[in-house]
Amino acid sequence: MSHTATSPVLARDRNGPAGTEPAGSPAPRRQIRWHQRFLRDRALIMMALPGLALVLGFHYLPLVGNVIAFQDYVPFLPFGSSPWVGWENFEIIFNGDPAFLRALRNTLVLTLVQVLFVFPAPIALALLLNSLLSERVKRVVQSILYMPHFLSWVIVVAVFQQMVGGSGLLNNTLRAHGLDPISLMGNSDLFVGLLTTQVIWKDTGWATILFLAALSQIDSSLYEAASVDGASRTRQLWHVTLPGIRGLIILLLILRLGDSLTVGFEQIILQQQAVGLAASEVLDTYVYNNGIVGGQWGVSAAVGLVKGLVGVLLVLGANKVAHIFGEAGVYKS
Amino acid sequence: MSASRRLDAPPMPARVLKGIALTVICALVIIPFVGILSTSLASREQVNAAGGFVLLPSSVTLDAYRSIFAGGVVSQAMLVSIGITLVGTTVSLVASTMLAYALSRHGSFGQKPMLMLVLLTLLFSPGMIPNYLVVKEFGLLDSYWALILPTALSGFNVIVLRAFFMGVPAELTDSARIDGAGHLTIFTRIMLPLSKAVLAVIGLFYAVGYWNAFFNALLYMNDSSKWPLQLVLRTYVVNNAELGASDLGATVDVVPPQASVQMAILVVTIVPILIVYPFLQKHFAKGVLTGAVKG
Repeated sequence: MSHTATSPVLARDRNGPAGTEPAGSPAPRRQIRWHQRFLRDRALIMMALPGLALVLGFHYLPLVGNVIAFQDYVPFLPFGSSPWVGWENFEIIFNGDPAFLRALRNTLVLTLVQVLFVFPAPIALALLLNSLLSERVKRVVQSILYMPHFLSWVIVVAVFQQMVGGSGLLNNTLRAHGLDPISLMGNSDLFVGLLTTQVIWKDTGWATILFLAALSQIDSSLYEAASVDGASRTRQLWHVTLPGIRGLIILLLILRLGDSLTVGFEQIILQQQAVGLAASEVLDTYVYNNGIVGGQWGVSAAVGLVKGLVGVLLVLGANKVAHIFGEAGVYKS
Repeated sequence: MSASRRLDAPPMPARVLKGIALTVICALVIIPFVGILSTSLASREQVNAAGGFVLLPSSVTLDAYRSIFAGGVVSQAMLVSIGITLVGTTVSLVASTMLAYALSRHGSFGQKPMLMLVLLTLLFSPGMIPNYLVVKEFGLLDSYWALILPTALSGFNVIVLRAFFMGVPAELTDSARIDGAGHLTIFTRIMLPLSKAVLAVIGLFYAVGYWNAFFNALLYMNDSSKWPLQLVLRTYVVNNAELGASDLGATVDVVPPQASVQMAILVVTIVPILIVYPFLQKHFAKGVLTGAVKG
């Protein structure tokens, strides 16, 4: 794109000698040796190196570390010299380790609840914002609602404690009126609801960005036509607005499903103490608690590996489905 | 836009209902912050009378802030967080922009495989335990670098920067090449000055990430004297550990109410985000959309 040739000299520089070699040059057309290209681009390679080193060191090297899923890992031995145990660590998981099953069940319950309640929230909010007539009000509301996204989970959990925790605003008000305080943050039955509320509070505003962009792309003549045909505002919403963002909704839903086994690690680990493991252990916290805290390195690494592989498969599958739906969306418009 | 799109204005009751809904939603976000700020500023008597949380202070005192800045645990953690954020953001920006520039030059040596390496990091994460082992094998446990290097490069940010560099008109770089400029000159003299806005946004994203980092510190920092603010916040606010005179600093003789000190820690953790937020907000919608479409 930005590299369409504009001068012969430059075309050679960038794309090799694409028919632009000066007459009499001994180099064969369309081919320069790899070491010549290496020498030519050495400045670029030098520039890429620091970033590349970080990618290799902290994204690809850890992949090798997954071999300890096949070891009885002993932390103080040099790396790779722990005894090999084959599939033993995986057998422990797949033979139905109760702690693992509990973590798996909690993870899936959380994913389901969050798809049902967290996912539609930004769509509803975006529709509400989009229906505002005043641009200024819209912008002010957006500025306020985007903000919590930039706060860390530690801050969000602390904020919730101040509002609905044991000595927070809600319970202080209840006590001041002679009512019994309610334990919203220490109750294991309410934990899923608490996590969901926190996610909604933190990220709903932020997630409206994409939907608002999609809504602004809808052709306004569709609304005019619908209006002329006598469609009420509700019917316009149903027949024009929602179909207009259907592609995006499906795409995001599928990508979310691809992430099913990942539910807020930081958010949960911060609040686990108050509600106990039975209600709050998910796969990520299981790996942390059993591996790094509990010293069961091999088993936890095996769980992490299985989770990672399932995650990649889900993302790849979801991407494929999303691609199919994406094409359908392009075809429709 | 919406005004011209809709021929018929919504009926009155619907508009009132909408107004109420929006006010409630915004209040749910704003009230907690007002309360936190108020509690950090309120007097001892008022905090005790309210049972720990004050929505509006009747009189204002800075005692809580004086005590956390007196050189104790919180001051130390602030220095750590500021240092990590400054050094980390610099490392991240330098590495990301140079890599993004190299990846934006088509047909250069190794451009395609390197781009694949970066794109693939968006697809998977290696897992917590292998990450921990790598940091341990590098000898980074309890080192400040453990808070920086593992998250120093975000593939997503590199892709956004690369898209921006590729959008710079080829005529500019071509004319520079004719004048004899190498890649380093083009990068520093043309690309970087042209991309100040996107650099600011990506830099702020990195900075917010470092400032908010909790997980890396939890995993890699056993030495509590090296804790960043987020871990101090976890220990003394979320887990409610007692912050005594010895934790606050030698010069504090009167310890303000625990609730005020906790809220003051919360405020100093939030304020830097609030300061950079308007700058972020000006550009981020565009940045996010670029990334979402091209990434």
